[in-house]
Amino acid sequence: MSQVLHTPPHSPAPADEDDLAALAARHGLTVSGARPSLPEYVRQLWERRHFITAFATAKLTAQYSQAKLGQVWQVMTPLLNAAVYYFIFGVLLGTKKHVPDYIPFLVTGVFIWTFTQSSIMAGTRAISGNLGLVRALHFPRAALPISFALQQLQQLLFSMAALFVILICFGVPVSVSWLLVIPALFLQFTFNAGVSMIMARMGAKTPDIAQLMPFILRTWMYLSGVMWSISKLTKGDHLPRAVTIALETNPAAVYIDLMRYALIDSFHSSQLPPHVWAAATGWALLAGVGGFIYFWKAEETYGRG
Amino acid sequence: MAEQTIEYHTERTPVAADSTIPTVVCDGVDIIYRVNGTGAGRGSATAALNRMLRREKAEKAAGVRTVHAVKKVSFVAYKGEAIGLIGTNGSGKSTLLKAVAGLLPVENGRIFTHGQPSLLGVNAALMGDLTGERNVYLGGLAMGMSREQIKERYDSIVDFSGINEKGDFITLPMRTYSSGMGARLRFSIAAAKDHDVLLIDEALATGDRSFQRRSEERIRELRQHAGTVFLVSHNNKSIRDTCDRVLWLERGELRMDGPTEEVLEAYEAFTGGADKPKEKAGQAA
Repeated sequence: MSQVLHTPPHSPAPADEDDLAALAARHGLTVSGARPSLPEYVRQLWERRHFITAFATAKLTAQYSQAKLGQVWQVMTPLLNAAVYYFIFGVLLGTKKHVPDYIPFLVTGVFIWTFTQSSIMAGTRAISGNLGLVRALHFPRAALPISFALQQLQQLLFSMAALFVILICFGVPVSVSWLLVIPALFLQFTFNAGVSMIMARMGAKTPDIAQLMPFILRTWMYLSGVMWSISKLTKGDHLPRAVTIALETNPAAVYIDLMRYALIDSFHSSQLPPHVWAAATGWALLAGVGGFIYFWKAEETYGRG
Repeated sequence: MAEQTIEYHTERTPVAADSTIPTVVCDGVDIIYRVNGTGAGRGSATAALNRMLRREKAEKAAGVRTVHAVKKVSFVAYKGEAIGLIGTNGSGKSTLLKAVAGLLPVENGRIFTHGQPSLLGVNAALMGDLTGERNVYLGGLAMGMSREQIKERYDSIVDFSGINEKGDFITLPMRTYSSGMGARLRFSIAAAKDHDVLLIDEALATGDRSFQRRSEERIRELRQHAGTVFLVSHNNKSIRDTCDRVLWLERGELRMDGPTEEVLEAYEAFTGGADKPKEKAGQAA
């Protein structure tokens, strides 16, 4: 049916623009969709904390609900991952010979790295992959990247359960230092959530970044000593000082080595980079606070255009 | 059933519009969509490169097209009003609604609101792999309800949806529901919260006849609690039953703004009076 648009039969009273703005101001109306102040934003986010946790848990549960083995995959997936790396690096390339307790060493590295890697990957798509949600409901958008990071943390806790079993099977003694896992994970989670928020903002503006991330992340993984020992490489003076410092302060390497130090008794404090706890806290604060503010700065633009 | 319809009409009147307190003020609003990758003729890869290199200058050459969806729309909505938005497909109704909700940016003009207007709809937050029960909680939390509020209203949400009328379906994953059942549960979750300004986009068209009647009733209830209700619908009957004022958008322009009957009559004449033969005669005259 094609109709010509006639002149409106009844034109709505063309109210003066100043009048409307003044009317709105008089009754204390606010501009729709404006960005809240930072303290207000934090308050709103805190109010949605139950949504953040429920969304993370729901995503985690939904992940394997179609599989026959169901939630068993939560533990199976990281184990299979570790098995593949063991086969390639431990058996084929023979890294095994240079590192004591190689399997615990490797599995810890793989699990801790996967935590950071998948948080960042999920963060990159947090906004661009959930436009439907962003366009339909009001909530502080930071809830999404944080929720995805939390989902990865829950996933890691499943992996950690498997890891403890592996450790005990390979004769690593249970010790008090295992308690260090808690602060180490807390710091790493803060770091991951912060980087996720940075990537979420970039991914929202340029979704193409999601295509690049796997390559960047894989390069980062090989530089982070996931399946080889950084301290073995940096021993002696054959490497330039700058390279050594860069390798040792790499946040992924810091968190991985902290976890190895906490769990594996043959991994001594001498193998840790200098000032490791300071570095771990510094990275967490820098990424966490910086990422949050960076993300908030573009709050009103998410899901638009 | 006819008696009930009459009852609705009498029920409508008590909600008197308080014409002194505005809740939504639209001030000369323009909304423009930009669509990437519509470059015709050349390979889209070249167009994409062009877009990156020459950003502002050559938007058109690089295949960015603009769609002027809403043009210079101004209106004031008051507390207690229920406003229908009508117009043919693609006339900018849903776009305007999203802008009022603060989910789309406006190009020119401003939209002022009292509190946070919310779209009635939680579809995007729900997950088909989870049970209906968990989705009630997830949807409620996504809308900003507290766990206690949801717990309190859980039974009424499930009863209202009628999901459990044919057996214990609420404990099954939502992907196993029929499309009608899913739509009913989604509406029930969305309608469980009270809103300052409520925006409804064609939500009434879901479910069977008896559910439609219940949802119309629920919308009237919401209207009593809410400051203002906006309803986008192609169903003139549900507009008549729920709204006392109608905005008619056509090609992004506000063509008419007035009492329901007046605007609907003009609209039905415009669209060819598909609903009632009476209007067809009026058009011919």
